[in-house]
This record gives sequence, C-alpha cells and structure tokens, in this order.
Amino acid sequence: MTTTIANRGLPAAEDIVGPTPGQQLRRRIFGHRGLMIGGGILVIIFLMALSAPFLAPHDPYFQELLARVKPPVWTTGDWKHVLGTDQLGRDYLSRIMYGAQISLLIGFAAAFISGVIGTTLGVAAGYFGGRVDMVVTFLITVRLSMPVVLVALAVVALIGGSLTVVISVLGLLLWDRYAVVMRSATMQIRQMDYVAAAKAVGCSTPRILLTEIMPNIMNNLIVVATLEMAHAILLEAALSFLGMGVQPPLPSWGLMVSEGKDYILFEAWMITIPGVALFLLVLAINLVGDGIRDVTAPENRN
Amino acid sequence: MSAVLEVTGLTVDIPVPTGDLHAVRGIDFSVNKGETLCIVGESGCGKSLTSLSIMGLLPKRAKINAAKMEFTGTDLLSLNERELAAIRGNRMAMIFQEPMTSLNPAYTIGNQLMEPYLRHKKSSDKEARERAIYLLERVGITAAASRLSQYPHQLSGGLRQRVMIAMALMCDPELIIADEPTTALDVTIQAQILHLLAELRKEFNSALILITHDLGVVARVADKVAVMYAGKIVEAGSVSEIFNQPLHPYTQGLIDCIPVPGKTARGSRLGSIPGIVPTLIGDIKGCSFRNRCGFAHDACEMKDPFHTLSPGRGYRCTLDVSTCEANAKELVSA
Amino acid sequence: MTGQTPPPVLEMRDVTKTYMIRRGIFSPKQPLHAVNGISLKINKGDVLGLVGESGCGKSTLAKILLGLELPTAGEIFIDGETAHQSGDRKAISRRIQPIFQDPYSSLNPRKTIGAIVSLPLRVHQVGDPSTWRKAVEDILDIVGLPRRVYDSYPNQLSGGQRQRVAIARALIMKPEIVICDEPTSALDVSVQSQILNLLMDLREELNLTYVLISHNLAVVEHIATKVAVMYLGRIVEETGTDKLFEAARHPYTSALLSSVLTPEPGLGVPDSGLGIAFPNPINPPSGCTFHPRCAKAFGPCSVDQPPVIQDADGRVECHLYA
Repeated sequence: MTTTIANRGLPAAEDIVGPTPGQQLRRRIFGHRGLMIGGGILVIIFLMALSAPFLAPHDPYFQELLARVKPPVWTTGDWKHVLGTDQLGRDYLSRIMYGAQISLLIGFAAAFISGVIGTTLGVAAGYFGGRVDMVVTFLITVRLSMPVVLVALAVVALIGGSLTVVISVLGLLLWDRYAVVMRSATMQIRQMDYVAAAKAVGCSTPRILLTEIMPNIMNNLIVVATLEMAHAILLEAALSFLGMGVQPPLPSWGLMVSEGKDYILFEAWMITIPGVALFLLVLAINLVGDGIRDVTAPENRN
Repeated sequence: MSAVLEVTGLTVDIPVPTGDLHAVRGIDFSVNKGETLCIVGESGCGKSLTSLSIMGLLPKRAKINAAKMEFTGTDLLSLNERELAAIRGNRMAMIFQEPMTSLNPAYTIGNQLMEPYLRHKKSSDKEARERAIYLLERVGITAAASRLSQYPHQLSGGLRQRVMIAMALMCDPELIIADEPTTALDVTIQAQILHLLAELRKEFNSALILITHDLGVVARVADKVAVMYAGKIVEAGSVSEIFNQPLHPYTQGLIDCIPVPGKTARGSRLGSIPGIVPTLIGDIKGCSFRNRCGFAHDACEMKDPFHTLSPGRGYRCTLDVSTCEANAKELVSA
Repeated sequence: MTGQTPPPVLEMRDVTKTYMIRRGIFSPKQPLHAVNGISLKINKGDVLGLVGESGCGKSTLAKILLGLELPTAGEIFIDGETAHQSGDRKAISRRIQPIFQDPYSSLNPRKTIGAIVSLPLRVHQVGDPSTWRKAVEDILDIVGLPRRVYDSYPNQLSGGQRQRVAIARALIMKPEIVICDEPTSALDVSVQSQILNLLMDLREELNLTYVLISHNLAVVEHIATKVAVMYLGRIVEETGTDKLFEAARHPYTSALLSSVLTPEPGLGVPDSGLGIAFPNPINPPSGCTFHPRCAKAFGPCSVDQPPVIQDADGRVECHLYA
C-alpha cells in the first residue's frame, strides 16, 4: 500500500500501542482527589454495613434499660458503649453500623428501580423521538409537578410504612432525572455516524440500543445514579424522621435522629452521630458522582 | 513599507498531564499593510494557536513566549488585558471558522455589529448604524437595514460569514486574522466569500493573515505563504515561489497530493505523504518531518537548519538548495 | 453506456422523499421535497459523482439508498431486484455499504477495531466466530492497516487510520455498491490522497461501484466516471465526467465548476455569479428552481418547469437546450 519509511526515532501523535480508553480512564480515576476521597469513605461505610453482624459490639435491638442515654466515650462515657446508648439503652455504635445497611439498601434499591424506569423511558424518547418522545416528556412533566415528599408521605400514611414500601415509593418517584438526562444523551448519540453505520449494516434496533447507544451513555447513567442514590438516602431519612418511613425498632439513621430529637439540648451527640453518618455517606456518594463525571467528561479526553 | 505585525521566535507551550505540549516551536513571520499572508498546514501544526496568540485569546494555562511580537510598533506581549482589549476588535479583528458559533444567538446582527464600534470609536448610535448598514451592503447583503434587527439563526451560513466579515471591518482594522473562514461553507459560497475578502482587503488596505489547510485557497488569495509543520515554519516565500518551486519535501508532498482538474491524469495515483505527525509533547531533536520524508538521512536526526535565501524566502531542511530545486523541478514538470 | 446485457447495478426510478415540516406550533404542516423525482442508472464499476450545495438533497438520497430512510415514492433496483420498498435493512446492507465523512463520529469509541469491523459478520452470521478474526485481519491487510490495530480503540488511531477502519467495515461483507459521503473532506490534505488512492485501488481489486458524494469537484473529476449535479432535490445535469468538465451545459454546473479553487497561483478568486440566496426548499421558486440565481435566465425560466433533455451527451434540465 503506502511505502514505509523508517521511523527515525520520532514518536507519533497517535499510536496504536498507546493507552486504551480503559487504561486512560484508570489513570484519570487515580489522579482525581475528590473521587478517591469519596470512594474511600464509601468503601469504609460499605464494609461497615457488610461486617455489622460480625463486628458490631452489641445486638442493635437489645435494650439495656439500666444503661439508657449513656454518653459516648470522648465525653463521660466508657468503652463498653463507644458511641453511647439511646433512650432505650441500645448500643449506638451497633445501631449506626446496622443503620448503614438500611441506608445503603434503600439508596441502591431505589436508585436501581428508578434507574430502570427512567433509563427505559429516556432512551426510548431520545432514540425514537416523535410520539414516543411526546408521551415521555408529558410523563416527566407530570412527575415533576408532584412534590416527592408529600406524595411519599401520603402513600406511606395510606398503606403503612415499611422498608419495602419506602423503597418502592422512592423507586417509583425518583426516575425523572434519569429520564431527562438519558433522553438528551441518547439524542446526542443517536446522531453519530456510527449509529447510522450500524443501521446500514443491518443491526436490529434492540442491538443498536444495547451495543451502540448504551455504552456511550453509561457514564451519564452512573453519574445520575449516584445523585439519585444520595437523594433517596436523604429522603428516607426525612420520611423516617417524620415517622412515615422505616418503622422502629429498625436502626435507620433518620429514625435515630428523630428518636434523639427530644434530647437535642442536653445530649446533642444523640442526633449529631447519626447526622454526621448521614452527611458523610451523602457527601461520599456525591464526591464519587462528581468524580465520575469529571473523569469521563469529553473535554478531559486527550 | 513598515510591517503591521512582526513576530519572531514565537513559542506556545500548553501543559498537559504527560508533559508540556510545544504546539508552536519558534516561528518568525511578518505581514505588511495591504498584504495577505497565508499560514498553511495540517491539523495540529499550530497554525490556529498562532493566530489566537496574536489576538491574546489563548487560554490562561498556555504559555506564550516571543523574542518579538510587535503590532504597528507596540509590543503585544507587554500589554495588559485592558490595553489588549482596546486593540482587539478595533485595530485588529478576527474572523473565525464557524459562523454558527461565533455570533451570539441572543443578540441581533445590528447589536453585534455596532457594539465594537460604539465601544472603540465612542461614536453615536446613528453613526454606528450607518456604518453597519454600509458594511453589510458592502459585503453583498441585500436589505441591509432590515437585517440589523434579525438574529443569527435567521441567516444562512454564507450570510453569517458575511456578517462576520462586516463585523471585522467595522472599526477599519489594520490587521484582519481569518482562521479557516470558509472551511464550513459550500464551494460556491467559499469562492464568493474569498472573492469578497480579497476585494475588501484591497479597498481597506489592511493586512490579512489567512489561516487555512486548503492549498487551493492559498494559491488564489495569498501574497506570502508560510508552511507550518509540527509547530515550525518549514518553508516561507511568495505564493508563486511556494507553488512553482516548492523547496521543502513537505510542501512538495502537499502539492503532489492534490488532484488538479485538467492537469492530473484522471484516475492516476495521487502523491501521498505516508505516516503520521509526531507527538508535540516534549522536545523534538532534528527534523520533525523525517519520519514521513522520502529524503530523510542520518543528518535529519540531529538538526533542521533554516536556510534564508532572500528576505522572506527560505526553507528548513538538511538538503541544500540545489537538491531541493531539482526535486521541485521534477515535481512541477511531472 | 455500451451494452444492454446486464441490468445496471443500481437504478433509481422517480425516487422522491417528502418531509412534512411544521413551521410553527399552530401552522399546518408543509411538504419539503428533499429528493424530488430522481432517476439514475449506475453500471457495474462506475463511479458516480454526486455534487451540489448543502441542502440539495444529496445526503437524503444517500440515506434512502442505504435503507436508512424510506422513499415517499419511486423505486430502487439493485441488479434489477427491489429491496428498498420493504425497508428490509438487512437485505440492503449486504449490497450497499456507506463510508461516512467524519471518521471521528463513525466509529463507536467504546468498541475495539476488531469489534467494529466484524460487526457486519456478526449481524449477518457469516461463518462462525472462529473465522471472524481471520476475516477482519484479511480486510485490515487490504485497507493497509497493521493487524495489531485489531485490539486498539478508535482514539488510538489517526484520522486517516480511522477512515481505513470505516472502509474495512464497509467492505468486509463484499458489497457491490459503496456510498462514499464526503470520504476525505474531514481529513488532512496529506491523508486525503492516501484514502483516494485506496478507494481507487479497491474499486479495481474488488470490482466495486461507488456513489461518491462530494463538494470537492477536483476529487470528483479525478475519480468519478460520471457525474450528477443536484439542485434542490432534482438532478439538473448528468453526464460523463469528461463531458461535464469540458463542456458543462447547465448554468448551475458551470457556476459550480467556476467556484473550484485549484492550487494555481495568480488566477485570483473567481466570482461564480451565483448570488447569495439559496432558495427556501419549503417554498421553492416557480418554474426552474434555479432561475433566481441563474445568469442566463430568460422568459420561460420563471414560469415553466424546465424540459428534460436526454441525448448522447447525457441529461440536462434546462430551458436553454429546449
């Protein structure tokens, strides 16, 4: 074909032995401070939740009525109850550890359910356009006009609060951002020539959606998923605080804040500890989400 | 004739994660009043960064250095942002490639045309309006007065580029820099725009720096040509010198690549330049074209001397003039 | 244009594509004839250059040929058989493949070159997975890419290499017709000629027929065997490349030709005399749609549709030759 000429020791601008996109991504992930910090906190909370049955010093439901409202170790407490006990004498550290399970479960489950709904709607609207788009846009508008907290409160009030109810309600309510973001991302990718090329090759529509569109909107999906996860965790805490979420005696962080609120003036640590746990988890998830957006953003390429 | 712009030893470095990207590696050029300089080269050769550095429009993280960068006797590098803004759009104007994105969709054409004039010339609204209408008519836009109240999206690509040209001419600049002004346009519109640009340049007697990759455009518009490759000027000369006696193997290769109707035998194999441009991160010792050059030899790995043949005419190569001239003769006669 | 023996490899009869465009929320939809009654025959081994300004309908025509859009009316035959009417993309795709303009947008950045090039084999289930790698490597050899790129990603390749990948993908199923939509205009000058040389070589080797869509008339002149000039959805002139470049008949063709900037210093920039107003395709001018921009327009041009003149020199739609 083309005559080959000695390279003469000049490295080329593009090189097929250069880093693959995966390698570049890995390099950027490890160079991103926010992502590493957020990821670190998230991993710690995750491990804490997983290992709660083995590492928790006490049964989170065991009520030691003689040791009620014991302060944490750094004030006047002792090492038996590192983070103190609540108003029923349950060990606070154990409850925090088990509470992480609930928060993470709700975050993941709600983000997953809403992710499936929102992505399906958004991708369909973005790819097919026309009538489908009109219907989906209408659904998004309807959904956006409903106040999440009020609707969730009403539903829980009607059918009673439980973990499953909270997860389903949040999952069915939080898909709007997925749909909006996936719709516009799909619209962008749909115009790319490689989609036209796949059509011209004879690919079926599901195949195009799965192998050409989805991999290229995955980064947007992950970013929205983290935001919605944080959103769901906060909403659960809010609902539980209002008594319309997870029901006692489950150790939900939001519930713990609620139960500690009577002591706010004299035993402020009772709401500070679950509050800080909640804050750290949401902060970590948001840092990870921002980080993923940064490392996958197109302007960061090359 | 005094130079409107004189640049020597211009370098632009951009820090990237893997080191410093030396995008422009020491280039010299000058352009006189009433003269058109074409800077020609392929993507990534540094030609656009050169134009942006003259306008002071490079992003902050890019580092510019030059032994000399004088605009009508003023050292551009010593100016602060405010002094630069007083020159930009006033005595020095720029026309960008993409007329869709270089006009602000939120303002009317009239607004955008008159704004620099009002700011720089401290004129009255009426005066600015009259000049805007005059220039729109001058660039061949009919019903100019009514166009003033239109928004950019109401115009076609060719019309927008005409508006851009009118905008560049508003303050009667001494220097116009046009970066690929016709690349996004149809051939018919391209010819019209270039025709217009050439005519107006004569009429307004300003200096024009035209940045392009299209040798057809260069041949028809330029007085002087600078061929850039990998951040350096590899050949400079008058337009007839460059096309009739190209000395650098890269220039020769480029000219050989293009089919010319009526000259190149139909269906014949076109000349080509094999290989890929070198990475601009880090230093390049020796000639940066050697990995694609059919004449490369060992000396090319050590040096790339610039031979000045006469003022404004020269080339950067280890080959001596007679060899290059012989190669050029072979190419042009073939 | 010699024998009656084989049918043309590609034939279009009165192909029309009309979009209904709504210009305001409450205004009724109006028809936009993007492609307006196009008839063309292309013989095996021909290179048809399709030229015209943006908005003339050449890209829509390419989409119709590729089966990406259904024609509103008209018929398309490949080797005398119809495929497009049913909208069966799979059947069409075995015979017609595209090469797009921008190699940065035509390759999925998340897939390896091997996956991109083997996609047609996988979709059509040609051979079994064990043969795919071999088939891809063979076609990489043909388009002049090293086999090592099999596991590379598009962002590791230069523009020219990417375009070679796109060509490999188009050719791996051995199609008869390749639609090249501005195949070189997004590439650097030094790479353009490599790709053009490759396309010319491949045509000989694989006996391909090209439809070359380009605004670069120098490129069209160099590799096309015949040229069709489109204006506002119609083909206004169609003839052999020699004839077109020596003696263009339609005033629009002449204007296009005079706009070509060849690298010959001293000639200055020509003035095509076309004016600036590209007509609104929703509300095209009466009579000959080109008449408002035509230097030679006279009486009937603004009133009557131009006659179609078909003779030994080709086909032209113009009142001048009536």
